[in-house]
Order: sequence, then structure tokens, then C-alpha cells
Amino acid sequence: MSWETVIGLEVHAQLATRTKIFSRESAAYGAEPNTHVNEVCAGMPGVLPVMNRDAVHMAMKAGAALGCQINRLSQFDRKQYFYPDLPKGYQISQFAAPICTGGEVRFLVDGEERVCQLTRIHMEEDAGKSSHEGDSSLVDLNRAGTPLIEIVSEPDLGTAEEAAAYLRELRAILRYIDVCDGNLEQGSFRCDANVSVRRKGEPLGTRAEIKNLNSFRFVQRAIQYEVGRQIDLLEGGGRVVQETRLYNADTGKTFSMRSKEDAHDYRYFPDPDLPPMVIDEAWELRARAELPELPGARRVRYQSEWDVSAADAVTLSASREVADFFEAAAAGSKNPKRVSNWVVNEVLRVVENPEDGLALLFTAAQLAALSDMVEAKEITGKIAKTVFEHMVATGDDPGAILDREGLRPVRDEGAVRAAVEKIVADNPEQAEQFRAGKTKVMGFFIGQVMRATKGKADPDLVRQLLAELLA
Amino acid sequence: MDTPGVKEALEQLASGVTTSRALTESALAQIDAQNDELGAFITVCHNEALAQADAADAALAAGTGGALCGVPMALKDILVTRGVRTTAASKILDNFIPPYDGTVVSKLRAAGAVFLGKTNQDEFAMGSSGENSAFGPTQNPAAPGTIPGGSSSGSAAAVAAHLCSAAIGTDTGGSIRQPAAMTGTVGLKPTYGRVSRFGVVAFASSLDQVGPMGRSVWDVAKVLEVIAGYDERDSTSMQRPVGAYAAAAERGPDAVRGLRVGVPREYFVDGMQPAVEASVRAAIAQLKEAGAEICEVSLPHTKYAVATYYLVATAEASSNLARYDGVRYGRRAAEPADLDDLYRRSRGEGFGAEVKRRIMLGTYALSSGYYDAYYLRAQKVRTLIRRDFEAAFSDVDIIATPTSPSVAFPMGSKVSDPLEMYLADIFTISCNLAGMPGLSVPCGKDDDGAPIGLQLLAPWFEEERLCAVGAAYEALRGGVA
Amino acid sequence: MSRITPEEVRHVARLAQLELGDEELEAIRLDLDAVLDYVDLLKELDVDDVEPTTHAVPLDLTLRADEVVTTLTRQEVLQNAPSARDGMFRVPRVVEGGN
Repeated sequence: MSWETVIGLEVHAQLATRTKIFSRESAAYGAEPNTHVNEVCAGMPGVLPVMNRDAVHMAMKAGAALGCQINRLSQFDRKQYFYPDLPKGYQISQFAAPICTGGEVRFLVDGEERVCQLTRIHMEEDAGKSSHEGDSSLVDLNRAGTPLIEIVSEPDLGTAEEAAAYLRELRAILRYIDVCDGNLEQGSFRCDANVSVRRKGEPLGTRAEIKNLNSFRFVQRAIQYEVGRQIDLLEGGGRVVQETRLYNADTGKTFSMRSKEDAHDYRYFPDPDLPPMVIDEAWELRARAELPELPGARRVRYQSEWDVSAADAVTLSASREVADFFEAAAAGSKNPKRVSNWVVNEVLRVVENPEDGLALLFTAAQLAALSDMVEAKEITGKIAKTVFEHMVATGDDPGAILDREGLRPVRDEGAVRAAVEKIVADNPEQAEQFRAGKTKVMGFFIGQVMRATKGKADPDLVRQLLAELLA
Repeated sequence: MDTPGVKEALEQLASGVTTSRALTESALAQIDAQNDELGAFITVCHNEALAQADAADAALAAGTGGALCGVPMALKDILVTRGVRTTAASKILDNFIPPYDGTVVSKLRAAGAVFLGKTNQDEFAMGSSGENSAFGPTQNPAAPGTIPGGSSSGSAAAVAAHLCSAAIGTDTGGSIRQPAAMTGTVGLKPTYGRVSRFGVVAFASSLDQVGPMGRSVWDVAKVLEVIAGYDERDSTSMQRPVGAYAAAAERGPDAVRGLRVGVPREYFVDGMQPAVEASVRAAIAQLKEAGAEICEVSLPHTKYAVATYYLVATAEASSNLARYDGVRYGRRAAEPADLDDLYRRSRGEGFGAEVKRRIMLGTYALSSGYYDAYYLRAQKVRTLIRRDFEAAFSDVDIIATPTSPSVAFPMGSKVSDPLEMYLADIFTISCNLAGMPGLSVPCGKDDDGAPIGLQLLAPWFEEERLCAVGAAYEALRGGVA
Repeated sequence: MSRITPEEVRHVARLAQLELGDEELEAIRLDLDAVLDYVDLLKELDVDDVEPTTHAVPLDLTLRADEVVTTLTRQEVLQNAPSARDGMFRVPRVVEGGN
């Protein structure tokens, strides 16, 4: 029996504004409970919402970066339900007329490009947070009113891996354009997954919505578990019920929230406190003009212009911090591909979390200089790595490090020749073997010379002299 | 001693024949003496008012007083006042002390007004009689035994009983104009968006508007000048300059010369009390004598206004009142078993019968399967009603109608039939649905002495015209009663 | 004939989170019946091609600058809370799913 999985994702991304979406209270994360709350966030009697211009601007940038249509006119609606962390008894959201429609995310899975279409992006306000303690729940409204965009995908994703790759790409894009810090732990990038299965060729199955997935690993595992659960159910003659489920990271299972039968009549209607939002073409163009080159485009360019491997292109473009550093180094070097190896293998080894900034003591230009020394065969790769460690520790120029540490290769033919002559003389047996046609012994002699010169002899010169003396 | 109106108070304060402290002390004494009987105030602010009065006297002495410096006023208890209990006449808010001031309150403070207290009203402004208050009904000083109209019942009664110089009300379907008519006072509902709604406990957000109530058109015009204007905290307030309303009210009877006054055919229908029709027709005849041109106009969708209003207003109200959930402020039911029990009992116990009825209707009108048939259809009919007025105003400068089809009715006579009560708002409701400004001025009394109001309606943001015509009519009638 | 059943009234009361006694429910049911009969009047009109009016006076959304202005202290935020603990609003424990 062949089953097909159908996944659609809803991502809530907090916009990186200073203030909340509808009031001037600070939207900063991590403050003492209820210290970033004013009369509007608390839903006090008589308060009214006033839209944050930067929130709209950021939502528009996200739409532009994701290829959406930016709607000239959009509307805010009230989504009504009772919950202790929802102060007004309704959430201001966009239902009938969102700010953006359409769009797509292109991402790679195993080196192959996939496309997931977007349904829409809409703006809304975040709720507060409840914590549970004994027989009480405690409500902190600091988060209430933080601006969110909800990015809704079409059900275009077929595997848990695709879902995770989609999310990584989406997160990278939002971070590139400075609209969301993408911090999953702090909840600024949250994902709900709609999952269903069907037999090949059959219509869409009933879906379950898995809520509040706060890591890419959990997304993947939760979907995998849920797909298995649904297939088992159907193969056992049961049926999938449309419901909201949560993922338990400890058990690796999803479980039903057992919502009440009438809990989901949200009674949306246009918010009379907020007139229609008009975005003119000039504003849209200003937002578009601020977009940097995005990870997908960089990935393609690194491969086509600089011959970087697909996997490395993904790594290098995953965050803007790394990509910008790489590009600066590559642009200043004679061999960008060699620089890409340096960044992927060495720089990213020493940087703990590139998204927090690389915080390197050395510059991209210094790395380019080091790479070019290897390229020009001025130093060996081995010495270059030693120099790199010094650069990490001090930020000094590679040339200065070579001099200070006495790592300069010995280019003086006389000195190298003396060393080679001594090694050949000290090892007559191996010399005889070589002359008898056992050319593999060359490796032994090179190793001996390099050891004798502490690796500083130019390997080409060593090889040339050995060939001469052993002839 | 009666509290003088705004104009007299300003004159007396300016000339130094009295002080704000003297006016305020006298007003407070009158309130203390009459309020048990009258039920006009929910909260009286003795200390705050006297402190404000002293500050006003100091400002007057220093020559730095604002436009209403030292004038004793009353605020409907739907206006949020920092540090002063704000209940909207509901049990669910009977202990709520706001930590902030609404915009209208801030503007009045800045202008030097003195707040005597918070006036009674129908709970959350839902009602036309003042009887739906958790703090008891308000009497009509102008016609004992009858209701004062609503929902701004306490503000109207306080003005009519001369307990304050002027008062602030709110008008969602007639709640300023109808009680003004029934108490023989003047009430003005500004254009939607003219006065900020920030800090006004919301009933129906697309209809609510704050306005002044007073003894003369000049008085309400003066107060309007202070409270009107764009507010960056209200996204539905309009960025338009504030007019010279008081100056407009000083133009005299000449203001109506050449004016085209529309009289809507649909407003003179069966069921109107003969005395009301006679007084309003007489008022229109006076305008004609003074040089106005009277034309019949048609507002063909008038008969749909009440149905439209009750769907739109209740839907919005059901949403606006969801925040009263017993979690962050206001009344919480004792010992809730769980969260749902907390919500249901806090709200079930905290809201009065009429509020619950409207929340239920509004929730129903927005619920799945009924939205299109009720709420959406009503909003479409609202467009037709608005177009009626646009068409009429392309032909006339102002529209004159009765404010209410009847004079104040006896206490308790209509409480049992909500629909009959709703129909009492028939002449005032369209104006809220279409957003235009409306003014009610006294135009006579019936045989029993119950006041009758003339309603004047003008196009959007033509409050100056309303004030000019209202004051002109007042002068034609022989001045303020 | 009644248009709204007792079951529907109870459903609406649940949506609105209102506890209503049996008598109150029945009284409201009858009132709603009467009002719904009355608002049937609107069905006379053909409004298929009419735009709804959401805002009485047409205007565009105003936008404000993204600048922090602090207005309330935590004490002011919590001063009206019926129940608070550790600087937070306290409610009976929210039941959310289970295994």
C-alpha cells in the first residue's frame, strides 16, 4: 500500500519592531512579567489600537522577499475567543483581506531544489503567556500585542525533511531582511503543521494540526510520528479526526488537545477601530529597495560564478553574517572556491553561533590573503592552518604571523639542497631502492626533508632536488 | 443656588464676581442635596473637584486659564478617568479605578474644566431611558415621574437640574440627543471621527461618538471646541481642523436666511405624538419666517434603520464586551470551579439583563452560518441609509426632524418590551449609521409640560452649521429657556 | 413559530461565555425571536451589489512611528486585578490537553 503525505505549514514570526503592533509599549523580550504592558496591551476599557508603521513595513518586506503580491488595500478583523492571555477577548488579525497573497519559498533538499507555494501572509497581534503552577495559571502580558506575521503555505510539502528544509530557508530569509530574529527558543519563530495522508491518487485526507513546534528537529519528528499514526489508524480501519494536537518532545508523540465542540466559531468581523490599510506603490517600492540579495540567489551565484559546491553554497548562504563575510573574502582573493573551503571548514569551526555575529578578530581580507598564499604556493596548507589558528587568537596579518613564528618557507635553494643531500647520504639503502625503480620511496625522502626543515622547505623544490640527486 | 451655564460661568469667572471654588462648592452642595432623589451621579468627586477648582482659580488669577477654566462639569461614567472609579453603570466594573485618562478627559483637564463627578447612564450605554443602570434609574427633572431618556440619562438630568454648567455624554443611537430632548436641554452628537473615542468605554465602535450636553447651543459649541480634534490614539479620528463653533452660535437668526432646510417625509409618520409633531412643525415654520427655505426630502430607507442598527450595534458590542472576563480587572465571581466557570459566572452575574440580551443577539448575528444573513446584510443596508443622506444633502443644507416620536414616558412603562424600547430611537439612529452630526434643541412642551426636541442634522463635519442654525432657532424662540 | 431553539440559545450563551439561568435563557430566546422577526424586514432589500459600510465616515488607516512611550507601571497594570501572584494575573489552572 502506497501512502502519500501532505503537509502545509503555518509560521508565526515576530516582527523585530521596538514597540508593539497597536501601542507604543516596548516589545522587548525577557523583561519581568507585566512590565511591558500598558492600558492597550491589557485590554482596558476604552483603549484603541493604532498601527505601528514599521510593523507594516516589515510585513511588506517579508512579502516582497517571498514573492508575494502586496495588496494595496487590506483589512483587520477580530478573531474572537476567550483565553486568559488574550486580553480583549479577541485577537486583531487579518482574515478576509491580508496584506500579502501568493508567493513561494524555494529550498534545497539533498541538493535538489523544491518549491512550496504560499497562500498568504497576514499581520496579527501576539497573545500573552500563561504559566501553570499548582491549581493556578499565571498570566504575563509582556508578549501581548507583539507584532506577528503569519506565513501560510499551501499543502505542497511531501516529507518531514522537506518541511524542515522549508522552515530553515524561510527563517534564513526573514533574518536576511531584518524583520525577525528567528529565535525559536524565545518563540519569535513558531510553527504549526497541518498533516494528512492519502493513498496515491486519492483526494486529500483529513488533517490534524500540530501546534507549537519550537525546533526544527521537533517539527521533523512530530510530522514523522503523526504520519505513522495516521497511516496506522487508516490501515486499521479507523479514521483521522480533524483536531489540534500537541507534540510531546519527551515521548516523541503527538497527542490531542481535546478541544471543545464549539470552541472554533471565531466570529470574525472587520475591526471597526481600524480603517482599511492602504499601501501605495511608492511605499512598496521603498520596501523592495531595501531587500538584500537573498540566500537562494547567493547560493546560485556561489555555484555558478565561483564553482562552490552545492552543499557549501547552502552552508555559506544560510545566514547573512556568514555569507557577507565569505563574499568579502572571496571578492578579495584569487580563488574564491579555495576561500569557500576556508570558511566552511575553518571559520565555521571556530565560530560558535554565526547568527549572533562572527565576532572574529581577523578580517575577511586577512583570510583572503592567507588563502592566496596557499594558492601562490608560498606556504603549504599545513602551515596555513597553523597561521589561521594564530589569526583566530590575535587577529594579526598572516605575513606578520609567518615572520614572528618563523614559519616562512625556506626558498633558498642552497639551504634546501644541503638538507636534501644530507638525507640522501644518510639513507643509502632507500636511495638504492629508488634507483632500482621503487619510486614509492620518494614519499619517504620528501617526508624526511620536510621533517628536517620543520615543514618550511618548498615541497616543489624538494621534489625537484630529490629527483636530481637520486637520478 | 443654581449652577450657571457655561457662558454665564465663564463671564462670572472672568469678571471676578465669583470663583471656581465658589461655583464648585455650590454645585457639590446641590448634588449632595438632590442626588439621592435624582440619581444623576454614580460617583461625586468632592476632593478632586475642589482641587481642580483651586487650580483653576490660580490659573485665572495668573491669566493662564484654558477655554473652560473653572467651569464645573459632569462626565458620563463611560469616560475613563484616571484614579476615579469608572463603571459604565455596570456591576461588572463597579470597582474599576482606571490608571489612565481618556483623550476627552485630558483635553477638558487641560482646558481647566472642573469634574464634579461621573454621571449615571444605561449600562454600557445600552438603553433609551436610563433605567438599565446597576446604580438605579435617573429621574427627569423636567417632567417628574418620567424617564430622562438615555443612555446619557445622568448627564441630561444634571444639566436640566442645573447641577453643572455642562456635561459630556456619548451617543451611539441617540444617547445624547434623545435625553436632551426629554429633559429640555441641548445635546450635540458630532460627526463620527470628530471627537476621539480613546478612553471611552466602547459600546458599538463604528457608531459611538462623544459629545457635549448643555443648556444652550453656545454652551455645547464651546465645549465641543475643546473636546474635538484629531487624536493619534484613535485611528478613526479625523485629521481636520476644529471649527469655530461658539462663534458660529453667535451669528443670530440671520444664520438661517437663505438656508435650505430639508424635512424628511418618512419622519412624520403614524405613531408620533401630536404634540411632538405640532411643536416640530411650528419650529420649522419659525425657521421659514426667518428666511429659510423649507423643502421636503426623502430618506427612503428610514424604516430599515432600527433593524440595521440593532444588528450592527449588538454585533460590535458582543465583541467589545468580551474583555470583561474577570481576569485583569472588574468583577470576578466568587470561588470559580474552573476557568469556564469564572468566565460564565463573572459575566452572567456582572452584566445586567439588557446587556446580556444584546450580547446574545450580537453573538448570534456574527456566528457561523448567520454572519451573511444578519451582520453583513445590515452593513450593506447601512450603505443605503448613508446614500439616502448623501442624496438629501446634495439638495438641502440641513435636515430638521423631531428628535424622538414621543415625550418622556413614565418610569417602567416600556422595560418589558425591548423592541418597543428600540423603536423609540427611530429618529436618532440613522444619523449614527451614516456618521453625520446631529443636534437636539428644545422646541416646546406638551400639555403636561414634558419637553420636546427639534433635531437638526448636517453633512459630515458641518458642526459649525449645526451650531449656527441651532442657536439661530434658539434666538427665534426667544432665547434659552 | 419560534426561529431559535433552546439548544441554539445555549450554544450562543457558550460562545459569549454567559451563564444564564433557565428562565433567563427562555426570556432571551423569546426576545431574540421577536427581534429576529423584526429584522427580517431587511430581507425586502436587494443588497447583492451593495458594498457594506464598516466605517461610518471613510478614512484610511493612520500609522504611527515605532517609538517607545511608557505609560503604566506594573503596579498600575495589576491594581485592578481580582487575583494576582508574582506580578501576574492569576486564574484557575488552564487545562490544555493531556496524555
